[in-house]
Amino acid sequence: MASYIGLNYWELAAASVFVFIDAGLSVAFGLKVHRSLLVAAVRMVVQLALVGLVLTTLFSVVSPLWTGMAALAMVLFAGHEAAQRQERRLSGWWSYGLGTGCMMMSSVLVTVFALVNVLRPDPWYDPRYAIPLLGMILGNCMTGVGLGLNTLTTSLFSRRASVEAQLMLGATRQVATAPVTREALRSALMPMINSMSVTGVVSLPGMMTGQILGGVPPAEAVKYQILVMFLIAGGTGLGAVTAVLGGVYYLTDGRHRLRLDRLTAPKTT
Amino acid sequence: MAVNESDRCASYAGAPILLVRDLRTNILKPASFSLSAGECIAIRGPSGAGKTLLLRAIADLDPSDGLVCLDGRDRASIAGPEWRRLVGYVPAEPGWWADTVGEHFSEWTAALALVRDLGFPDEAKAWPITRLSTGERLRLALIRALMVRPKVLQLDEPTAALDPASVAAVESLIAAQIQAGLAVLWVTHDAEQAKRIAHRLLVVDGGRIREEVLEWPVTSA
Repeated sequence: MASYIGLNYWELAAASVFVFIDAGLSVAFGLKVHRSLLVAAVRMVVQLALVGLVLTTLFSVVSPLWTGMAALAMVLFAGHEAAQRQERRLSGWWSYGLGTGCMMMSSVLVTVFALVNVLRPDPWYDPRYAIPLLGMILGNCMTGVGLGLNTLTTSLFSRRASVEAQLMLGATRQVATAPVTREALRSALMPMINSMSVTGVVSLPGMMTGQILGGVPPAEAVKYQILVMFLIAGGTGLGAVTAVLGGVYYLTDGRHRLRLDRLTAPKTT
Repeated sequence: MAVNESDRCASYAGAPILLVRDLRTNILKPASFSLSAGECIAIRGPSGAGKTLLLRAIADLDPSDGLVCLDGRDRASIAGPEWRRLVGYVPAEPGWWADTVGEHFSEWTAALALVRDLGFPDEAKAWPITRLSTGERLRLALIRALMVRPKVLQLDEPTAALDPASVAAVESLIAAQIQAGLAVLWVTHDAEQAKRIAHRLLVVDGGRIREEVLEWPVTSA
C-alpha cells in the first residue's frame, strides 16, 4: 500500500558511518570538533526520536489543547534561539519577549490562515497539518526576526552619532532611525527572498524532497512547496517588521531620544 | 509650598533665555545656571569632567531630572524635536547620515552665505562626507546647526581641529550670531579663547559645575 520505502535501524546505522568519517577527519587534522560533532549527531537522533514519539501521540489524539501546547513550546524555543543570536540584547524581558511575541503573532496568524482558508483539514487544528506547517514557518520567521533585531541593535550602536545628528536638528525618532530601520528590515527579508529565487534551481527544498521520497507525485509536492514558500514569506515579513519596529520603539523614548542604555553589553565569549 | 508643575518657569519670568535649575543625570551632579540672549558662556574643565554630559542633558539627548526653561517655557511642555530645534547642539564629533554634504542641508542655497564665511566653495554641496577632514566636518556641522535658527546653541570644542585662520573665521561668525541675539554655551580647553569669546565662565569638574570669574589669571590647563 505505502509507496515509500521504509527504513530499518540497521540501514540508519550504516548511514551514520559518514558522521564517524567526519569525526576521523577532525582528529586527523586536529580540528578539535569531533567531540561536538558526535554530541550534535547524538542530540539530533535523540531529539528526532522524541519528536517522532510526540508527533505520533499528537496525531493520534487530535486534541486542540495538546496541539496548542506543542505549538506554544515550539514558539518558546524559537524565541529563545532568536534571543541567543543577538550580539547586543535589549535589556530585561524585551530581549526574549519582543522576538517571541512577534514570532508567535506572525507565525500563528499565517498558519491559521493557511489551515482555515487553503488546506482546510477537518478539524482545522489537525496536528498532522498544523504542526509541520507551523514548524516550517516558525523556523524561517526565527531567522528573519533574529537577523532583523541583530542588525537593528548593532547598527544603532555603531551609527549612534548619525542617528543623534538628525535628532539634534529636530528630527523625530522615526525619521532619525529610518536608515537603520530600513537596513535591519532588508537584512531580515533577504534570506527569504534569496531562498525563493533559487528554489528549484540551486536547492530542492527539504519538504518537497521529503514528500517526493514519501511517494507524492512531484507536481503535487511542488504545489505544496509553493504554498509553504508564500506562507514563509508572509510569516517572516510580518514577524520581522513588527520585531524591528518594536525594537526601534523600545530603543527610543517619548522625548525622541536614542536610548542605547536599554541595550546590554555584547557577550564576551 | 508646592510649585504648580505647569508653571515652574513662570516664577523666573523676565529671566534669561535659558534657565537651568538642579539639572542632574545619574552621573551629573545638580547644575544650576542661567544664560541670557546675546550672551556667551565658556565651559571649561578637565577631560571626562562631564562637560559633554551637561550639554547632552540640556539638549535632552540623555534623560535628566531638574528644571530647564527656555524663554519662560518649561522643557517638559515642549516636544523633544521642537526643543532641539530651539536649543541646538554641535558635538565634538558630529554625525552624518547621508553620503554627500548637500544632503545634510534642507536648503543648500540658504546656507551659502555661512558656507562662504567659513571658507567653503559653493561646490562643497557635492563633496562626499568620507573625504572631509575633521576640521571641515566641524565647520559644516556648525553651519548645519545654525540653519535650524536655534535660540541657544551649544558648541563642544568647535575649533579643536582647526587651523588659526579657520578658528578666527568660526569665532567671528559666532560673535556675529551672538550680536544678533543668539545665546551660546561654548566648551573650550583654550583659556585665551574663553577670554576672547565669552562673557562668563563655568567650570565643570567631577560632574559638578561652578561659576568662575573670567578675568582670573588662568594658568594653562
